[in-house]
Amino acid sequence: MNRRLLTVLLPVLVGALMIGAWYIFRLHILAADQRFLLPAPDAILRALADKAPTLWSSALTTATGALLGFGLAVALSFTLALGLSLSPLIRAGFYPYLMMLQLTPIIVLAPILILWVGPGLKSVVIITFLICFFPLVVNTTQGLISTDRNLVELFRMGRASRLQEIFLLRVPSALPYFFTGLRIAATLAPIGAIVGDAYAGNSAGGQGGLGFLTIIYSAQFQLPSLFATAAVACLLGFVFAGTVVALSWFALHHWHDSYQAKD
Amino acid sequence: MSLPPSIVTFENATKRFGSGQAVLTDVTLDARQGDFVSIIGPSGCGKSTLLRLIAGLTPLSEGQLNVGGRPVIQEASDLAFVFQEPTLLPWLTVRRNVEVMLRLRHTPANKRRALSDQILSLVGLDSFAAHYPRQLSGGQKMRVSIARALTLQPSLLLLDEPFGALDEMTRDRLNEELLAIRERQHWTAFFVTHSVAEAVFLSNRIIILAANPGRIAHEVSVNLPYPRTAETRLAADYLQRVADVSRLLRSVETPSARPAA
Repeated sequence: MNRRLLTVLLPVLVGALMIGAWYIFRLHILAADQRFLLPAPDAILRALADKAPTLWSSALTTATGALLGFGLAVALSFTLALGLSLSPLIRAGFYPYLMMLQLTPIIVLAPILILWVGPGLKSVVIITFLICFFPLVVNTTQGLISTDRNLVELFRMGRASRLQEIFLLRVPSALPYFFTGLRIAATLAPIGAIVGDAYAGNSAGGQGGLGFLTIIYSAQFQLPSLFATAAVACLLGFVFAGTVVALSWFALHHWHDSYQAKD
Repeated sequence: MSLPPSIVTFENATKRFGSGQAVLTDVTLDARQGDFVSIIGPSGCGKSTLLRLIAGLTPLSEGQLNVGGRPVIQEASDLAFVFQEPTLLPWLTVRRNVEVMLRLRHTPANKRRALSDQILSLVGLDSFAAHYPRQLSGGQKMRVSIARALTLQPSLLLLDEPFGALDEMTRDRLNEELLAIRERQHWTAFFVTHSVAEAVFLSNRIIILAANPGRIAHEVSVNLPYPRTAETRLAADYLQRVADVSRLLRSVETPSARPAA
């Protein structure tokens, strides 16, 4: 059978099997008084349709926060990585504090941020930024210091300036590492924005995001709507990750071995 | 007939790294414009160090070294180096790889383009200009590397075992091409190699180095006429030279040939 067709059909088949199992589990294994805990897929679809306007506007709010935090993380991590790549001593000095950023739980940071900048988009952006920053800095820095030594010598021999060495040599050769960080950060960004929204969001004027919606639906015990919210969050994650995969393909497929054409 | 001017002159030159044993001792050598000098010898004899000295990549410890009539300084602009590895930038096309040294010198784009066009056709890679290095064979990559060096329009070309990693057929063909290019451009060459046949085929002078410490053991001049082609490899003269140089090289490599130190 055609391999390409198979790669499309297999996920569909697996999905259908899982939905079938879901129904069977719900109707034949769960006791009748427990069934409300696991809404049927069709009930989730109905919730998706019923709550579509709310879900859509919440998703937009979350996407905005995720995108801004992610963008900020990319810009600042790149700048910091350039600085860190200059010397092992600079790296040694900064790394413990970078680790601290990553290790501090959001749930602790959220109340501090609310006091500092108030609940709402700003806090959500900062939380998303904090979640995305670490994998980006670490990967980009690693890329910038892993340049082929022979190429560095070639540039030195060509009397390249420091800036030429960085932008014509170190940055392009760091791209595969940068995109590895970017992929991790892209899947973290929507999660960061949702978590941030749940702890430090602001629903004033209908501006709440998916995190806020989660809190409302769980308080109201609306399980189908919670599942629908989860589905929308997944979709948002797919959009982020998919975009980065596409960008990475554009930047690397011509030359990088990870996209080596079969010969 | 007067001799062409000197381009590289070593006088009692010694090189040591730190306070260790000398890597090269008492090297005296006078290369003239248009010479093709091959340097051959056992490993650890300082072949590559000799090239790096000429390139100004590392300073001399004692003695004198003049390149182009001047002491070696950092600004050796009409000199180009070809490494053992092709050292291409994998994210650039062949053309942009060939132009990269010119870009470092801020050569305007139209001039870069004109030069790379000319040199790509010289090395027979015109139709590969838009390819990426990973699409090329080992021999093609080495051609790109040589083309990149030639864009600098050097008067002195330093080659550090450029064909060492290639199969023999490819190596022979590239040797012929290198000489064909030299018919049209007039650089002086220093060529480090492990292959006696290659050294004899390419050069008019062969320097045989001995190790421990690195020093010039013999110098052989190869007065076979240029242009040399695939036919040359079958000539009795050529084969005789290869045998002679091999014998000299072996005498340098056997332990008994070393001075008691």
